[in-house]
Amino acid sequence: MPTVEIDGRKVEVADGKTVIQAAEQLGVEIPHYCWHPGLPIAGNCRMCLVEIEKQPKLQIACNTRVTDGMVVHTTSEKTKTAQKAVLEFLLINHPIDCPVCDQAGECKLQEYYMDYDRQKSRVPLPEKVRKKKAKPIGPLVILDQERCVLCSRCVRFVDEVTHTSDLAFYERGDHVELDLAPGKTFDNPYSGNVVDICPVGALTSRDFRFRARVWYLERAESVCGACANGCNIEIYHREGTIYRFQPRKNLDVNQYWMCDAGRLSYHGLQGEGRLTRPVVRGEDEFVPSTWGSALGAVAGRLGDIAKAYGPGSIGIIVSAEAPNEEIFLARKLGAALGAKLAGVSWSPPGAFHDDFLVKADKNPNTRGLALQGLADGVAAEALLAAAAGGTLRALVLHRVDATAWWPGAAAALERVPFLVVLGTDHRDAAQFADVVLPLATYAESDGTFTNFAGRVQRFRAAVEPPGEARPGWLALGELLERAGGAVAPARAEAAFAALAAECAPFAGSSYDALGESGCVAGAAPAG
Amino acid sequence: MGELLLLRCREIPGLRQLDVYRQSGGYEAVKKALTELKPEQLVEMVKVSNLRGRGGAGFPTGMKWSFLPKQTEKPVYLCVNADESEPGTFKDREIMEDDPHQLLEGIIITSYAIRCHTAYIYIRGEFALGVERLEAAIAEARATGLLGKNILGTGFDLDVWVHRGAGAYICGEETGLIESLEGKRAYPRIKPPFPAVYGLFGCPTIVNNVETLACVPHIVLRGADWFRAIGPEKSPGPKLFCVSGHVVRPGTYELPMGTSLREIIYTHAGGIPNGRKLKGVIPGGASMPVFTPEEIDVPMDMDSVQKAGSFLGSAGVMVMDDSVCMVWTLMVLERFFHHESCGQCTPCREGTGWLHRVLTHLEEGNANPRDVDLLLNIAGNMMGNTICALADAAAMPVRAFVTKYRAEFEQHAALGRCPLRPAGEEPHRAHG
Repeated sequence: MPTVEIDGRKVEVADGKTVIQAAEQLGVEIPHYCWHPGLPIAGNCRMCLVEIEKQPKLQIACNTRVTDGMVVHTTSEKTKTAQKAVLEFLLINHPIDCPVCDQAGECKLQEYYMDYDRQKSRVPLPEKVRKKKAKPIGPLVILDQERCVLCSRCVRFVDEVTHTSDLAFYERGDHVELDLAPGKTFDNPYSGNVVDICPVGALTSRDFRFRARVWYLERAESVCGACANGCNIEIYHREGTIYRFQPRKNLDVNQYWMCDAGRLSYHGLQGEGRLTRPVVRGEDEFVPSTWGSALGAVAGRLGDIAKAYGPGSIGIIVSAEAPNEEIFLARKLGAALGAKLAGVSWSPPGAFHDDFLVKADKNPNTRGLALQGLADGVAAEALLAAAAGGTLRALVLHRVDATAWWPGAAAALERVPFLVVLGTDHRDAAQFADVVLPLATYAESDGTFTNFAGRVQRFRAAVEPPGEARPGWLALGELLERAGGAVAPARAEAAFAALAAECAPFAGSSYDALGESGCVAGAAPAG
Repeated sequence: MGELLLLRCREIPGLRQLDVYRQSGGYEAVKKALTELKPEQLVEMVKVSNLRGRGGAGFPTGMKWSFLPKQTEKPVYLCVNADESEPGTFKDREIMEDDPHQLLEGIIITSYAIRCHTAYIYIRGEFALGVERLEAAIAEARATGLLGKNILGTGFDLDVWVHRGAGAYICGEETGLIESLEGKRAYPRIKPPFPAVYGLFGCPTIVNNVETLACVPHIVLRGADWFRAIGPEKSPGPKLFCVSGHVVRPGTYELPMGTSLREIIYTHAGGIPNGRKLKGVIPGGASMPVFTPEEIDVPMDMDSVQKAGSFLGSAGVMVMDDSVCMVWTLMVLERFFHHESCGQCTPCREGTGWLHRVLTHLEEGNANPRDVDLLLNIAGNMMGNTICALADAAAMPVRAFVTKYRAEFEQHAALGRCPLRPAGEEPHRAHG
């Protein structure tokens, strides 16, 4: 374990660590463009040049391994001169079109210019090398060659991470330009990541560009719900609207990346079909209701049925879209009513998946369902069969789009005397319902999903649910309380604590213990 | 002039043919090396000879070979750097065109010494005749058991392949060459690791220049002591000097290392023609700092030239008489580096273009006096800050030209035109 001194402060680092990593450990950012922790080292931008004692030349911090007793100066005159020089070089041919550039506000040229350069241009404007601007190179990404600092992050990403080699450099010297590799379209399933890793405005997102200036956006830590992988993400939002998903580092799950389908899945969370208020069936059509009266009606009717027809007369089906907390509360509700409980995890047949991040299971919480003993899809089908056979007196569908996965579902649902549907969007099942309760998506609620590998991960409410929609834990909690079960939890965290207290795989866990990157179920953190 | 070794082709007609070459003592060195010497003895011999690389950097050849791992499961490669592209340099070309077997002999002995069984000759793409002659020589050697399996019955196997470059100066940088040979863009690699440890296809690799390898058979035949006795002990041997520009007899001269620059220009190359005076001379190819007429008594060996503030480099001696505009000359040099920068490192990619622009302004009369110091400032910001030496190669001439001929640069800025050009005459247009 070598010890290095950086700007007068000593730090011990693991063998093989580089100066840039050692500085990071001390909370010192050494400016850089080409270096990225998820990519092989290129060493080309020269922005991270630092002075190291006993070395005649400045060294790049990204590729210099720390040796014991090394003394590094990141703010010495020599280092500052080099930083200023590199920035000046980078800006010689840069168009400086920040006012119309979507990267403004999260651009490393802007940031480092303010931090390390701040000098007037010594190059007359008309002399800049001109290259192609605003060139769409794939469904998600648009290229501006003039803004490119040729750091090669994107090229290394497509060479070393996706192995698709869709991007390449052409020409030489200050005429080098980034472009599509011959015959390629930039449509690999992970193309959007290059927008995130591009330190400047050369690669921008066709989905996001010009929709918001990033400094107006707020961020919430979350987990992508588009498949069972559970890629860690940040939700960028403003005034109740989600603008984009970006991957958040989690070396155990998604490293620094996410797939394009997941990235774009936020659109589906704020679609036209969102349910915004509780409704109950009137004589002919649905009548808007309030949460209080709708929950009262549901609890009363379910209670009556349970009393009149005994155990097993009510069915509850929970899908793998439900977070752990909701599954737990649904189980409690089932116990209070003597209901039959089933889980369902359905994905479209033949859905895209690969051996990197994208899973064939398009549900975020199949493993969570299994850990609470509800993974058996057969039980759900049996419940629907019972409904079709007329033996089921009431059915609660929690985040279940029954008509999509069970061919005979429509007929079955029609025969159930009392059907309660809890969900986020208007789906076919709702038309047979007696009561429809509008729920929040995972972007609008706190909670946890358990990914395919058993990692329990938190998501945090980014935006408010639309209209009167409520988080699932709140809706189920209140229903449980009204049905004579336990007191409704005050927060999602309390529901999780109750789950942890009762369910062995979650034993010892808590929101605090899960932290930013989650924990594997059954492997409770010490303390 | 003394005995010619490297340029024996000038005295023996048809030397490029195997039978003539053998009649003249050719492949005796291979025979001796493969039958009488062990690989490690050869490495030691070359070390003791003090042979230093003739490509430009002057690194001790035997020491380079000894950096190879002693034990390795991987194949060892020899890459012959025949990408002779340094402006003012044309020595390797003559060896390959007129004495290809001399190079092959050096390749065979070196491969045996470093336990290599596959050698690649990376040759500058424009050297079409060199390719043809090398291919012919390789075919002859292969047909007579000097290449291929079980060479001369010794059990040593070697294949030699010729690979043509596609026109990039940077492919002469040894790791750029390796990348190019692997089929990639010739971006020089960060070092360490050096090629001896991680080279072609990730295997231990030695990259040697053509002239360097051509010295090896002579060392084997005549001994390390003989070689070391030619010229200065630390930088010895016969050396090819490429003299171009304003001299009576431009051409390649084989002279002992350490021959003075004055002797090369005035005795061998016949001095400056047309009664003109010497204005400056670049001693080692376009990348190396220029000497003024007062500095030409320097012995032309690696250490002496370095001590005098320049480098022997590729020994491309470019002579300029007093009709030459130094601003224009530097502009042309920087146009070359601008065109040839691979574009990988920021300071080189942007700095070479910027230097070229400012020099073009100066030469065309569109500059201001501050631009003279700007040139030095840009060059200073490039020096030592990049992966390979191309930025230094572009920056060093700027420092030398501007410092040594500063008045001429300032005059350009003050006059608003080139003082060596009659007023009203169109400036030389810069391309690039």
